[in-house]
Amino acid sequence: MSPPAPVVKDSSMLKQKEMISGNYRRLETAAADGRKVVSTFVPGNLNELIMCFDVLNNLPEINAIQNGLRKKTGGYIMEAEKRGQSEDVCTYVKADLGMIAKGNIGPDGQKLPDPDLLLLSYTGCFTFMKWFELLRDHYGCETAMLHVPYQGDGRITANMIAYVVRQLREEVIPKLERLSGVKFDIDRLRENLARSARAEDDFVWVLETAKLRPSPIDAYFGGVYYIGPIFTAFRGTADAEDYYRLLRAEIAERIAAGQGPVTPAGDMPAERYRLVVEGPPNWTSFRDFWKMFYEDGAVVVASTYTKVGGLYDQGFRHDPAHPLESLAEYCLGCYTNRNLPARIDLIEQYMNDYQADGLLINSIKSCNSFSAGQLLVLREIERRTGKPAAFVESDLVDPRYFSPANIKNRLESYFQMIEQRRAGAAPARAA
Amino acid sequence: MTMRSVAEIIAECQALYDDLDFTAARAWKAEVPGRIVVGYMPFYVPRELIHAAGGLPLGVLGGGDQLEVIQGDAYYQSYICRIPRSTIELGVTGRLDFLDAMLFPSICDVIRNLSGMWKIMFPKTSARYFDVPQNYRDDVGGVFYINELGELREILARLAGAPVTDAALRGAILLYNENRALVREVYAFRAREPWKAPSAEVYLLMRAGMVLPVARHSALMREYLAAAAAADRPRRDNSRVVINGAFCEQPPLNLIKSIELSGCYIVDDDFMLVNRWERADVATEGDPLAALAAAYLHGSVDTAAKYEPDRAHKGAWLIEQVRRSRAEGVIFATPSFCDPALLERPMLQRALAAHGIPCIAFKYAENSGQMQPIREQAGTFADSIKLWSAA
Ligand code: SF4
Ligand code: SF4
Repeated sequence: MSPPAPVVKDSSMLKQKEMISGNYRRLETAAADGRKVVSTFVPGNLNELIMCFDVLNNLPEINAIQNGLRKKTGGYIMEAEKRGQSEDVCTYVKADLGMIAKGNIGPDGQKLPDPDLLLLSYTGCFTFMKWFELLRDHYGCETAMLHVPYQGDGRITANMIAYVVRQLREEVIPKLERLSGVKFDIDRLRENLARSARAEDDFVWVLETAKLRPSPIDAYFGGVYYIGPIFTAFRGTADAEDYYRLLRAEIAERIAAGQGPVTPAGDMPAERYRLVVEGPPNWTSFRDFWKMFYEDGAVVVASTYTKVGGLYDQGFRHDPAHPLESLAEYCLGCYTNRNLPARIDLIEQYMNDYQADGLLINSIKSCNSFSAGQLLVLREIERRTGKPAAFVESDLVDPRYFSPANIKNRLESYFQMIEQRRAGAAPARAA
Repeated sequence: MTMRSVAEIIAECQALYDDLDFTAARAWKAEVPGRIVVGYMPFYVPRELIHAAGGLPLGVLGGGDQLEVIQGDAYYQSYICRIPRSTIELGVTGRLDFLDAMLFPSICDVIRNLSGMWKIMFPKTSARYFDVPQNYRDDVGGVFYINELGELREILARLAGAPVTDAALRGAILLYNENRALVREVYAFRAREPWKAPSAEVYLLMRAGMVLPVARHSALMREYLAAAAAADRPRRDNSRVVINGAFCEQPPLNLIKSIELSGCYIVDDDFMLVNRWERADVATEGDPLAALAAAYLHGSVDTAAKYEPDRAHKGAWLIEQVRRSRAEGVIFATPSFCDPALLERPMLQRALAAHGIPCIAFKYAENSGQMQPIREQAGTFADSIKLWSAA
């Protein structure tokens, strides 16, 4: 979730870079330092709770992303396929299994530690379950399952909260206590949650600046930097709080200066198209993909991908007054754990609140959780908003599924369509 | 009444299978005003609750190879399996318009998201995502599940216009216990004498259970067991295999026939697991919801959609199927793009390898037409099994 910083580096970026490499360093020296390692997932992660046990947090999805950005995943995926994984399944899983098969060398070139516990927080994706069963098969280590029910009717029920809390009490916390030898201290959890909530306030402030014209941020390509600390191993830390304070101040300066988003090529000159984007980005050609937008003056003003680790902009905050219930609510509320009608409502809200010209869906081959149903999302948004929507297809970390020429063509005709729509032409679809 | 022949019984099943308009279920509903029909997708829903609400549970297993999917394809990318698109096709062509509700079990993200699509596309049908626990402790997953069952019971009562009583539920559990016992008997019969119960027949018989009222299906199985036992059929020198991976999108009937024609007797499978989800009778004493929950948590079969808490237990059910049916190998037949089945497969393959059980794997779609490659692969497998056993 945190690509290498663009060419123009703000201090928030430098800070994040240091946070990420610090975490990798700690992972690499875990055995020497006598620290236990917990592997877990990004959506619905329990970082504040994990921190209560002084254990380290390894996130296989982030390793896959970082390896994707470094163009290492193509080889890893092929290795996993050679070892029996199907070409049809999620490439995050195969990138991880391939990396392990090739010696488990992490994105920064050092060996990653074997996990002591697989914390299978099963939020918003069935593949997570198979992924960690496969890892358990390999490592033979203990697994703690946290089953987070799906919001099938678009709401969180008391039964769901009670179930998640019961699992935290009966399954997750006892296993973390046993693993770490540290007794669970709920006051420590409260402190972590309070820090999270403060960072979440600043994070939301940053996201919502995209309502301005011009938007001072890109809420997708830039957004993936901004979500880094709060979605991963840093939520609940003082570092994350500092990061978002710093970021907020930087964005405030950009607003004061009337600047648009920062891009790998420097400040974006003029905002021509305001887009909402649904779906994760492609990581292996992240820069090329971004360039296709900023070169044409397209700014993403809101994205759903930046909500996979929580919908803070919809009002959710981690709550120290109700620590376990708040963690449960957090897990239940992540974007891909919301039903399709709720996802469509959210996108419609973004289209209106952020005065977008259209919706772009980047449909990811790997990810049924995001992708199944996106063509209906597209139709519904066009119908409800009267704005044009477009559809491109790529993959997360499999370079075989990123076709730059196709995507560029599709985007160019989409931007033309937005122009035509502005000029009052009849609706048409680019996809 | 004279006893019907196997061919006559199977002709009835085939007609039900071919009928993509669900005429029998429509007729059942029209017979008595106020009856409800509740559709469900794979892999499992507690059909007892629907029956107890005076309803007919109707398995919706996609469109097979006879349905032309035109509109359904417009809703899905090429890299998503076929069952959701043919199910949408069934919906938009009005073939499911008589359903009062549609249940989407928590099997995978595709069917999960389809539940939301149904809400938008077919607002007159009550669509419900049906969650099951992945935690198997009575005081954790059990409590959650009993409450979920309670919610479903309320929904069904509203649709039926009358409460779903404990007595009705116990009655339904009894009927389904009987039905599952018969399903197990049919499977055991086929495993004993596979030449007398070809898999295409057993498959059609089980498919009939997706659309018929439970008692009628039970009667049909009894009739089949008697007729098949009496029939004199030639015994072939086939290898014995278990099919795994086909628990959701169904293979075309031709694929099942092709496997047998190529020299393999299918002696167990995981098609339509809902028919024998509970391995033993569900208790008919005490709180019926608690009984259903206990059966789910502690007595149900394994499949990729279910979390396996114990690493050592992964593949145990498949190995038990192999042992019980005296199979000599496993064929992984998996729908293309089926994440749960395809991610599960390597773990099952390792478990089989540890027990020295050979296997092969291929993929299909419900409308696969080309059977030659599958026939060749299965034929080679059958031959190699014979060679190994001779060695
Ligand atoms: S299917 Fe999607 S959400 Fe699940 S692990 Fe893969 S990329 Fe992540
Ligand atoms: S075939 Fe597999 S991926 Fe497709 S809906 Fe069924 S379980 Fe899901």
